[in-house]
Amino acid sequence: MHVVLVLVLVAVGSVLFHFLSPWWWTPIASNWQYIDDTIIITFWITGVVFVAVLLFMAYCIWRFRHREGHKAAFEPENRRLETGLTVITGLGVAAMLAPGLFVWNHFITVPPDASAIEIVGQQWQWSFRLPGEDGKLGRTSVERIADDNPLGLDRNDPAGRDDVVLQGEDLHLPIGKPIKVVLRSTDVLHDFYVPEFRAKMDILPGSSTYFWLTPTRTGTFDILCAELCGTGHPYMRGSVVVEEQVAYDAWLDGQQRRMIAQQDETKRQKGEVRAQQ
Amino acid sequence: MVDVPLGAAGVPPAEVEDVELYHPKSWLTHYVFSQDAKIIAVQYSVTALSIGLVALMLSWLMRLQLAFPGALSFIDADAYYQLITMHGMMMVVYVLTALFLGGFGNYLIPLMLGARDMVFPYANMLSFWFYLLAVVVLFASFAVPGGPTGAGWTLYPPQAITAGTPGLAWGIIMMLVSLMIFIIGFTMGGLNYVVTVLQGRTRGMTLMRMPLTVWGIFTASVMALLAFPALFVGCVMMLFDRLLGTSFFMPEIIEQGARLPYGGGSPILFQHLFWFFGHPEVYIVALPAFGIVSDLISVHARRNIFGYRMMVWAIVAIGALSFVVWAHHMYVSGMNPYFGFFFATTTLIIAIPTAIKVYNWVLTLWRGDIHLTVPMLFALAFIVTFVNGGLTGLFLGNVVVDVPLSDTMFVVAHFHMVMGVAPILVIFGAMYHWYPKATGRLLSVPLGRFHFWVTFLGAYLIFFPMHYLGLMGVPRRYYEMGETAIYPQSAHDLNIFITVMALLVGAAQLVFVFNLIWSLRHGREAGGNPWRACSLEWQTPVTPPPHGNFGKELPVVYRWAYDYNVPGAPEDFIPQNQPPLAGEMAGRTP
Repeated sequence: MHVVLVLVLVAVGSVLFHFLSPWWWTPIASNWQYIDDTIIITFWITGVVFVAVLLFMAYCIWRFRHREGHKAAFEPENRRLETGLTVITGLGVAAMLAPGLFVWNHFITVPPDASAIEIVGQQWQWSFRLPGEDGKLGRTSVERIADDNPLGLDRNDPAGRDDVVLQGEDLHLPIGKPIKVVLRSTDVLHDFYVPEFRAKMDILPGSSTYFWLTPTRTGTFDILCAELCGTGHPYMRGSVVVEEQVAYDAWLDGQQRRMIAQQDETKRQKGEVRAQQ
Repeated sequence: MVDVPLGAAGVPPAEVEDVELYHPKSWLTHYVFSQDAKIIAVQYSVTALSIGLVALMLSWLMRLQLAFPGALSFIDADAYYQLITMHGMMMVVYVLTALFLGGFGNYLIPLMLGARDMVFPYANMLSFWFYLLAVVVLFASFAVPGGPTGAGWTLYPPQAITAGTPGLAWGIIMMLVSLMIFIIGFTMGGLNYVVTVLQGRTRGMTLMRMPLTVWGIFTASVMALLAFPALFVGCVMMLFDRLLGTSFFMPEIIEQGARLPYGGGSPILFQHLFWFFGHPEVYIVALPAFGIVSDLISVHARRNIFGYRMMVWAIVAIGALSFVVWAHHMYVSGMNPYFGFFFATTTLIIAIPTAIKVYNWVLTLWRGDIHLTVPMLFALAFIVTFVNGGLTGLFLGNVVVDVPLSDTMFVVAHFHMVMGVAPILVIFGAMYHWYPKATGRLLSVPLGRFHFWVTFLGAYLIFFPMHYLGLMGVPRRYYEMGETAIYPQSAHDLNIFITVMALLVGAAQLVFVFNLIWSLRHGREAGGNPWRACSLEWQTPVTPPPHGNFGKELPVVYRWAYDYNVPGAPEDFIPQNQPPLAGEMAGRTP
């Protein structure tokens, strides 16, 4: 009766593995506790079904194994049993789907007070853009992308004049403020993935996508790319720093001053070039 | 064409003259360019199993790279992505689809329905040769400059046809062309399967008396005929984008600093086309497996399949629903987020007919007379892995739960469990079950048991822990897992463990291949019906059945395929072509 034993072991072993193994999700750092809760509900319902099916199979194989003279029962259908099981399954499915859809509705409804930031995926690096004082991101287009304008900002758009562009630097976010993350790619698909945030979304060339979150824990988190984007895919890394408002303000101030200095420098160089001509 | 004289009532007579013209005349037309569905089935199966072995070796290389990054110098990032792409495409399309429909479909449909052959034998032959051509083109891509494509088996544009992805020059073109040839070949076979089921059944074989194997293959064939065209047009459009400069899937793009001459296309459009094929494809593989496993369980538990009518309707319902769930592969693709409500609901609804099938399998075991033969062991293992993989599907199908899990190793573990391991266990079970019909000899039981235990437990140990890597946040399709603060050292150890198990399970398949070859000569003689089964393929006058299957007279069917342990019957099974016994209630069974 190896089979009976193995089935019981698979059922019990899987449950023990679930609770005892060291591999589990990272402590959450955003408001999406709801998602974790839905996963836990799903684990419980599916876990109970898995164990029940396996133990019932093990019981059947042990109890109804072939012996001399043993005969199977002939019973083509049992309408009551079949209907009952269908109804129970329907209820179980509803118990997972209802919270799932509820949380999804929450997930796609961006709070009106969320401030927008832009994340741009390019083979194989992350760039970020934060709105300046006006709180608005300026227009962009692929045609405008050039060496001195890697994200293709429209310089004529007043909303974009004070935008802070970050390339090869960490993204900073203030704790406790809802953020709408607007995603854009200039080449292939990417996916902005910070495991601690739970939320993620693909990034498409040709259109922009979004999701929102509220960071709830300070710290530095790795950014991974979660959509195959060519051979550099696993090395498309970045960091996001979640910090208190004061620290964030100081950082943002520094970035803005850097931007202004950079713009002045560019203007000066252009002026020199013109003077030489 | 054979002119069949009609009797008085317009019904063809049971006896049909043996027509000399109809049988193959030379060795070449008998064994190579054969129009006999059984030979075509063997051709399909041997080809698909060979590709399966290649795909298995590709997976070994992938796993070695993941466990010991950089240890094998010839696997650079380019090669790694080529390996995963070819492994995935080979397994899904060229192994699983071809084996279930081209292999088991060809062998079992005519035999189980009491037909002499498929209704269009010539198209059936062409179907195999197109398939072989598709395989040749696919393998040729290993030899072209730049090698095969490394775009991932989903071939998502723009990445599939822009720089940064290996196989840009030739590989992607070969892949798309090969898929198109495969679809043409499949269409010829698929129409055959469908028309044969609808038109070729022997007298008395009503639809509701067909074995569930035929129901599964039939429904899957209908689905494949409807789903593959979406992939076909996707391939044509991508080929045009790549070769003619159209922009079906290509928006304005900067490729490594240079602006490409594309604009206005939509990468999401390809994803919709791909998954409109891709999701039904999952069930194109699963439904034949469902059907076959139902028959294996019933035969070896000596008990009628429980809830036959419910099982048939569940197959049909799953087939229909599977066409309205495709975008659950795209919850985080950037499509309109409101689609999520619809597709999550349809996806979870499909769990209900699927669950009914599981209940009916285990309820067939209940109060059965269970013989733990090798086919039965595989069928039981199928239930375990399918339930496991099906349940994790409830995570990924439930839109918001999918958000953190999509594109992680959780997905890889899920789909390998549910459409890799589970259907392959059914394929093995089916091979052990029907090998005696095809060859006249049984496969070795000790070798079979060894093969079973290593494959089942090994595969479970590969894919069950892998879910937890994904839960932890390890993305899929990474050349190496890399260092991230959230991965403990133990996660790297787990990676090595998974690789060791993968090597082991792979090696056990060589035992199976050996068994297949060895038993051809040395297997125990099986006789016509070694499992004492009811369905028609076991009632042929000669085993292995020759061309024409049933000799002079086609069987007449009086009952369903599940009359096991009928009270009052002299034996524990009554073949489908057994006329009603004295005192047997009329209308007792379907």
